Amino acid sequence: MKHLISLDDLDAAGIAGLLSTADHMVEVLGRPQPKVPALRTKTVCSLFFEDSTRTRLSFETAAKRLSAETLTFTASSSSVNKGESLRDTVDTLAAMGVDVFVVRHKTAGLPLSITRWCDARVVNAGDGAHQHPTQGLLDAFTLSRALGRGNDLSGIRVAMVGDIRHSRVARSTVRALHVLGASVTLVAPASLLPAAFVGAPTVPAGWPVEVSHNLDDLIGDIDVLYLLRMQRERMDNAFISSPGEYSAHFGLTKARLARMKKGSVLMHPGPMNHGIEVAVDLDTLADHGVTNLITRQVTNGIAVRMSVLFTLFGAGSEAIDGQ
Amino acid sequence: MASNNDAACVLPADQVRRAIKRIAHEILENVAGGGREPFVLMGLARGGVWIAEALRDELGNIDGTARVECGSLDVSMYRDDLALRPTLPASVSHVPCSLDGVEVVLTDDVLYTGRTVRAALDALIEYGRPRAVRLAVLVDRGHRELPIRPDFVGKNLPTNALDQVSATPEGVFVSTGSRA
Repeated sequence: MKHLISLDDLDAAGIAGLLSTADHMVEVLGRPQPKVPALRTKTVCSLFFEDSTRTRLSFETAAKRLSAETLTFTASSSSVNKGESLRDTVDTLAAMGVDVFVVRHKTAGLPLSITRWCDARVVNAGDGAHQHPTQGLLDAFTLSRALGRGNDLSGIRVAMVGDIRHSRVARSTVRALHVLGASVTLVAPASLLPAAFVGAPTVPAGWPVEVSHNLDDLIGDIDVLYLLRMQRERMDNAFISSPGEYSAHFGLTKARLARMKKGSVLMHPGPMNHGIEVAVDLDTLADHGVTNLITRQVTNGIAVRMSVLFTLFGAGSEAIDGQ
Repeated sequence: MASNNDAACVLPADQVRRAIKRIAHEILENVAGGGREPFVLMGLARGGVWIAEALRDELGNIDGTARVECGSLDVSMYRDDLALRPTLPASVSHVPCSLDGVEVVLTDDVLYTGRTVRAALDALIEYGRPRAVRLAVLVDRGHRELPIRPDFVGKNLPTNALDQVSATPEGVFVSTGSRA
């Protein structure tokens, strides 16, 4: 695996291999000194053109735990403000000896372009509404380990609820969960499904999912409730009539929580809009036998990103390379 | 790893068992307190893990009161040749107890360049400061690249650098291969 641009580039064995390597990283992170020398000769540069708290810090923590040097580029305080082109920015940083770029940009496909501009390896940390592969991996990892299932989620029913249209997380997480055998139902108003779904008689190619517009039809049967964030910063049109109405139809309310199966779990990629996606006190989940995995998603993000960074260099092997 | 089909058997299964038994006796004679003090066998993943387990079983047969623990160590994140060869973690390291102050015997199937053992020493000290670290291998095939030597050896086996050696409970096999 030379780059990680999209989970569609990895086959089932490749995804399972990254998750198994993340088990090792969990062991490393549990030690008194949670650090290994694996990438001590490498420099990892995060190249973020969009706001992020958890993803950037998670990648940088992962790089440090593997003993890599880290550089941080943030567009808001850079020569981008002087009119420097993206290509020149990448060339400049590559000339400083960067081995890995971790890239987030609002344009789908930009991380792939960077792979053609320089010799560095590239990890996609979110490009537009295209992919966020490490989120998909950490979701699959968190869920399968929480359920004690190894790399097998067959028979697990997942409802992914909310703003699918603007969500790169949905694309990556659906792929990862599907590859491990889970069945995923997208639950959203038609306005928040990707354009390809609108008016289509069947689910579009490339989406191994079922679709529902009514969360109440499913809430009592699912094992996993995966709530997506309402991406208000991307909503230039009237996609929903009001946050309150959205919450009434698609949010986790007290009534829906009461109907969830004992032993089911709640996931959310963060950051959360309290009162919209989740309209209950998260501390009350346990009273209903529902496990909140949101914090574990964040914690596991470091282990999974360590696995990805390590595998870029560790595995010159075909075994983990679906490309 | 060599396949056993086109490979010559240089040590059949019964002699592998005998070698393990002999190493177990030697370990018991050499560790501090003759086994009265706790010590730990750490198998290097993956090939050394079965040897650590076989030695533990044998030590139990010889002296049921020996205070021996058994664990495994994955060294892939400590290698110095990460980019030179495919390196994937094998099994998650399992360290059965604190290693502070105890004697540790690293076990591996085949000792070759010594780089795995070098990485293992780095990995080991993450878990504590053993009072001493020994090395037991089933086969020493030579070609060392580092100043490392084993304390306990099942069989010294002169080889060519390109030979493939595999050491299993079913026997030790050598195939004279050429690298692609």
